[in-house]
Amino acid sequence: MRRRAVLAQSRIELLMQLRRGENLVVTLAIPLGVLIFFAKVDTVAADGYDRPLDFLVPGVLALAVMAAAMVSLGIATGFERRYGVLKRLGATPLSRAGLLVAKTATVVTFEALQIGLIVTVGALLGWSVPSGLPLAIACLLLGTVAFAGIGLLLAGTLRAEANLAAANGLFLVLLFLGGMAYPLDRLPDGVAAVARLLPAAALSETVRAALTGTAFPGGEFVVLLAWAVGAPLAASRWFSWEE
Amino acid sequence: MSPPAIRVRGLVKAYGRRRAVDGLSFSVERGEVFGLLGPNGAGKTTTVEILEGYRSADSGEVDVLGLDPVARGPELRSRIGVMLQEGGLYPGLRPPELLGLFAAYFDEPDDPDRLLGLVGLDEVRSTPVRRLSGGQAQRLSLAVALVGRPEVCFLDEPTAGMDPHARLKTWDIVRGLRADGVTVVLTTHAMDEAEQLCDRVAIIDAGRLAAIGTPAELMRGTASGEVWIETSEPIDAPALARALGLGLDSVRSAGESEYVITVVIGPEVVAGLAAHLAAVGATLLGLRSGRRSLEEAFFHITASGIGDSA
Repeated sequence: MRRRAVLAQSRIELLMQLRRGENLVVTLAIPLGVLIFFAKVDTVAADGYDRPLDFLVPGVLALAVMAAAMVSLGIATGFERRYGVLKRLGATPLSRAGLLVAKTATVVTFEALQIGLIVTVGALLGWSVPSGLPLAIACLLLGTVAFAGIGLLLAGTLRAEANLAAANGLFLVLLFLGGMAYPLDRLPDGVAAVARLLPAAALSETVRAALTGTAFPGGEFVVLLAWAVGAPLAASRWFSWEE
Repeated sequence: MSPPAIRVRGLVKAYGRRRAVDGLSFSVERGEVFGLLGPNGAGKTTTVEILEGYRSADSGEVDVLGLDPVARGPELRSRIGVMLQEGGLYPGLRPPELLGLFAAYFDEPDDPDRLLGLVGLDEVRSTPVRRLSGGQAQRLSLAVALVGRPEVCFLDEPTAGMDPHARLKTWDIVRGLRADGVTVVLTTHAMDEAEQLCDRVAIIDAGRLAAIGTPAELMRGTASGEVWIETSEPIDAPALARALGLGLDSVRSAGESEYVITVVIGPEVVAGLAAHLAAVGATLLGLRSGRRSLEEAFFHITASGIGDSA
């Protein structure tokens, strides 16, 4: 792999993400907005949590990762496919692995920015940073793999517009079913049962357990792991480089 | 003599039951500007994309710079330049950013600033690609194809959508590539482009090689005793043949209001032609005998199917 090529690619991918206003809305403004809104407007006196922030911050971290890895990466990649950029890159010395490394670096850099901002805003609102952060970050990275797999699967199989709608729609559904802004228990039993099999709830529950120091939820972790293995495999199986 | 830059032997590629490329063979010498001509759907782009390593052949042999484009792709991709028929540019980047990115893929790239000047995009350095005109995007795409200092350059319809000025500029760039010893394979619809630029041309029809040679050879063709005319409006070809006292199939259509008459030209033919056109109320806009244009050669070759033996 050509180091210089991968570095240049990573730099440009990050630059393009920073230039896309709609990307900043979904990856930064929405998570921070959810955090501040639900912290101030105490609609969820989340059952069993001393302060709503102990519930909210982990959920918003999961939301941010879902936005960066699934929505932002997926939509950008879908349009690169539409515009023939992916095809054109196929005729350059930049390998597919190199492109994947650059995209991963971009997503992870963006997530570092998101996590920094969310933790800072959370602290300003009165949240104290707990000791379980490393385990939480490990879960967030696993979630990144799962959501990037889903985002790339959609990007590599749907037309760019359909991909745009699907990624945003899925983002909204998983926000509601993800145990991010309010506890899953508030959902009807049947809906909650389905939600527990989806990657969003699995991610927010594991991150929350890590940060609050409660018993680590094995079931949720297995669900998250399954998505982190299955989604990228599906993406690599069905991704087509030309629309 | 050095081995050819490109060798294609018995290339076959089918999509479903349709054979897009059907037993194509040709080779391109080092430093040659080689044109692939043919109607839409003739298999030009499929052929080029197989050479670029995008698709593999169903059967036949293909090598570029002595390498199999698929199996040896990683090695080959640092030595070729590609201009796709459309797209391939990040819409959110400015031209210098895009060229700088592609330059970083190569070990000894050309200078992005020099290339921007070469293709005449200095004025739009700070314009995002999405706001470039079609012709400007094409020129940027050409610069991107050149930034790795390729030994072989594939240009798929390089001047499509360009204004006449940009087109001439692009022709100059291709001539410059030849002067530098770069091998160029270009596909085009424009006969004048092939005539102006190409050392040799292959005419492809329905996935087969219909003719191959220098533009001059193709234009000479089988043209013994042919007269080309253009009229102000379509005329009835058999009626003209009758008026000239020729066999009914000796006048055939060669485009819109263009005809080729199989006859050795003489004063009586011109007189008869003028009289007939006057009688049917049409005006003679052009007449040429002897040398055919490449366009006529093209219509002649793709219409008559003489390429079956090629």
